[in-house]
Amino acid sequence: MRATNVLHVLLMTFMLAGVSAATAFAQTDFSGEWTVVRSQDNTENPWIGDWFGLPLNAAGLARAESWDASILSLPEYQCRPHGWAYIYRGPTAMRISKEVDPFSREVVAYHPEWHQSTDSPVFFDSRQRPPEEAPHVWGGFSTATWEGDILRIETTHLKEDYIRRNGAMASDEADVTSWWIRRGDYLTWINIVHDPLYLSEPLIRSSEYRLNVNSLVPAHPCTAVYEGLEKGKVPHFLLGENPFLKDIRARYGVPADLPTGGPETMYPEFQRQLRNSDFSSGDRRAPRPQQ
Amino acid sequence: MSDRLAVLVTIVAVFLTAFDGVFIAGQQPRPGGEIRVLPPRGNIFMLAGGGANIVASVGRDGVLLVDTGTAEMGEKVLAAVRELSRQVTSSPMRQQSCVGLVHCQWWDGSRFLGTTVSPPAPRPIIGIINTSFDPDHMGGNAAIVNAGRSYGAREGEGAWVITHENAPKRAAQPSLVPSAALPTETYFGTDKKLNFVNGEGVVVWHRPTAHTDGDSVVQFRGSEVLAAGDVLNMANYPVIDIEKGGSVQGIVDAANWILDMAVVEHMMEGGTIIVPGHGRITDSADVAYYRDMVTIVRDRVREMIKRGMTLPQIKAAKLTRDYDPRFGRNPSWTPDMFIEAVYRSLNTKGKE
Repeated sequence: MRATNVLHVLLMTFMLAGVSAATAFAQTDFSGEWTVVRSQDNTENPWIGDWFGLPLNAAGLARAESWDASILSLPEYQCRPHGWAYIYRGPTAMRISKEVDPFSREVVAYHPEWHQSTDSPVFFDSRQRPPEEAPHVWGGFSTATWEGDILRIETTHLKEDYIRRNGAMASDEADVTSWWIRRGDYLTWINIVHDPLYLSEPLIRSSEYRLNVNSLVPAHPCTAVYEGLEKGKVPHFLLGENPFLKDIRARYGVPADLPTGGPETMYPEFQRQLRNSDFSSGDRRAPRPQQ
Repeated sequence: MSDRLAVLVTIVAVFLTAFDGVFIAGQQPRPGGEIRVLPPRGNIFMLAGGGANIVASVGRDGVLLVDTGTAEMGEKVLAAVRELSRQVTSSPMRQQSCVGLVHCQWWDGSRFLGTTVSPPAPRPIIGIINTSFDPDHMGGNAAIVNAGRSYGAREGEGAWVITHENAPKRAAQPSLVPSAALPTETYFGTDKKLNFVNGEGVVVWHRPTAHTDGDSVVQFRGSEVLAAGDVLNMANYPVIDIEKGGSVQGIVDAANWILDMAVVEHMMEGGTIIVPGHGRITDSADVAYYRDMVTIVRDRVREMIKRGMTLPQIKAAKLTRDYDPRFGRNPSWTPDMFIEAVYRSLNTKGKE
C-alpha cells in the first residue's frame, strides 16, 4: 500500500471516529407531545376472557378468570391510573418532558406522562435502585442507557397492575424493559414484561406514536365516590364459574378444551384449532354481551 | 447505519433480552443478617432484616420503636437504631413531620425552651410499642429496653413497653419471656393515645381478632404513617392464629379499617404510608389488593363450606392457586395452612 493510501485510510478513520463520537454526544431528543397511532393489534377494549396472545401461566389465567369488572366501582379502584406495563398502549396523548441539570446542561431524566398516568421519571444519572422493601408505584423506578440512538429503559418496583383491561395481571414482582426508537416524527415504543409469577414467557408488545405539536396532556383530577357497592364486598367470580367465558368461546369458535389465554395462544398453530363462528365468518352483528 | 439495519439490530437485541433470563436489577443482594434502613417519610424509618419490620420515630424526644425484631437480632437492631439516631440528630437538615403548635410555630428555636430545639446529640430510646407479642416482634425487647431510658426514669429502669392487654398472654411461651421484655403498661379498649412524640401525635389502635386478639396498629398522625404489624403481611398469606383469637374476618376488617384511615395522594398512590409486619412498604392501593385477596379467599372457602365440602376437599380444590405465586412461598406458612385457618375461623360448627 502506498503512503498516500495509508494516509487516506487514517484520515477517513479519524473522520469516522469523530462523526460517531459526535453522534453519541448529540443524543436523540424524545421530548415533546406525542399522539398514539392506533394500530391493528392495538385493540385494548377487550371482552371478558379475551386473553389470547398473553403468555399467562396457570396462576395468571386463574387470577384473570375470577376477575369481575364490577371491582372497578370500589373506591380504591376508581382513580387508579394505568401502570407502566400497560399505559404506553393507551389511547391518550403522551408528553415526554426533559429534565436538564442547570449546571452541566445534561439531560438527567425524561418524564413521560399520559392523561391517566402518574409522572414516571426515567433517570439517566446512574442512580442506585431502591431496595426491595421500598414502595412500589404505578410508574415503577426506571433507569435508562443509550444503545446508539435508541434508549433502553429498565423498570422495577411496579405495583401489581393489568396487562390487558380484563383481569390479566402482572404482579408487583414484574420488571419491564422498554426501548424508545425515534425516526423523524415517529416514535416506536417496545415493551417487554417479565413476570416470574403470572407469565410463563416474556410479553413483548409495541406501540407507535407520532409527534404532535398541537396537543397537550390535560390534568386528571379524581376523587373516589360511593358507587353503590356494599362496603366490604369485593366483586369476583368463583374459580371456574365465570359466566362470561362462554361468550368469548362462542365468538371465536374456541373449543371447550382449549384455553382462551396462555403461551399456546400466542402462536399461529392455535388459530388452526378454532372452529367456525358467526364472527369468523364475517357476521359482525352479534351484540356485545353485557360485561 | 441504515434504518433497516438499525431496526434489525434492535429486533435482535429485543429478542436476546427477552429470552436471556429475567431482568432482576430490582432484587438487590441481601447480605446475611444485615439491618436495612428505609425512610418511609420524615423522621419515621423502617428497619428491615431483624425479624418483623421495625418502625422508628427519631427526633428531639429520643427514639420510639414499634416492635424490636427477634431476640437473635436484638444487638444488631440496637446498633442500627443507635447509628440511625446519631445520623438523624446530627444532620443539619431540620426534621420534618413537625405539626405541633409549641414545637413548630412561634416558639420554635427559642433558646429558653430546651425541648423545642434540636438535640445536639442522640437521645435515648424512650419506648417500645409492640404490635403483637410474637417472638419476631418482641424478641429484641430485652436488649433494647435495657439500653434505653424513658422520661424521668431512674438509672437502670430502661425504656417503657406498651402493648394491648391481650398480647402478652399470646406470647409463644409466656413463662419464658424475660422480665425486661414485658410491657410496663398495657391498654384496653379501642385505642391508646400517647403524648406527642418527636413533634407528632402517636395513637395505638387495637385491631381485634385478626392475626391474634391482641394486635395493634400504630398511627403517626403528623407523618401519615401506619405501622400495621401482622394484620398486614406483604411477604406471605396472613398468619391467622385461631388459638390466639385470630380470624379471617378480623384480617379483612383490619385491612378495610386501614383503608378508611389512609388518605391517598394522587391517583390512588402515595399519601398515607403503611408499613406491614413483613415485606415491603405499602400504600392504599397495595392494601386494597391485599384486602381483595383475603376477602376473595374467604368468600371461596365460605362458599365451599356452604356446598358441604370437607376441609380435605377444600384443600384439594386449591382455592388459592391464583395467589400462591405471590403469597404462598413461605414454607412455614403454606397455602394449605392458610386455607385451614380460614376454614376453621369460618366453620364454627367444628365439623371437618
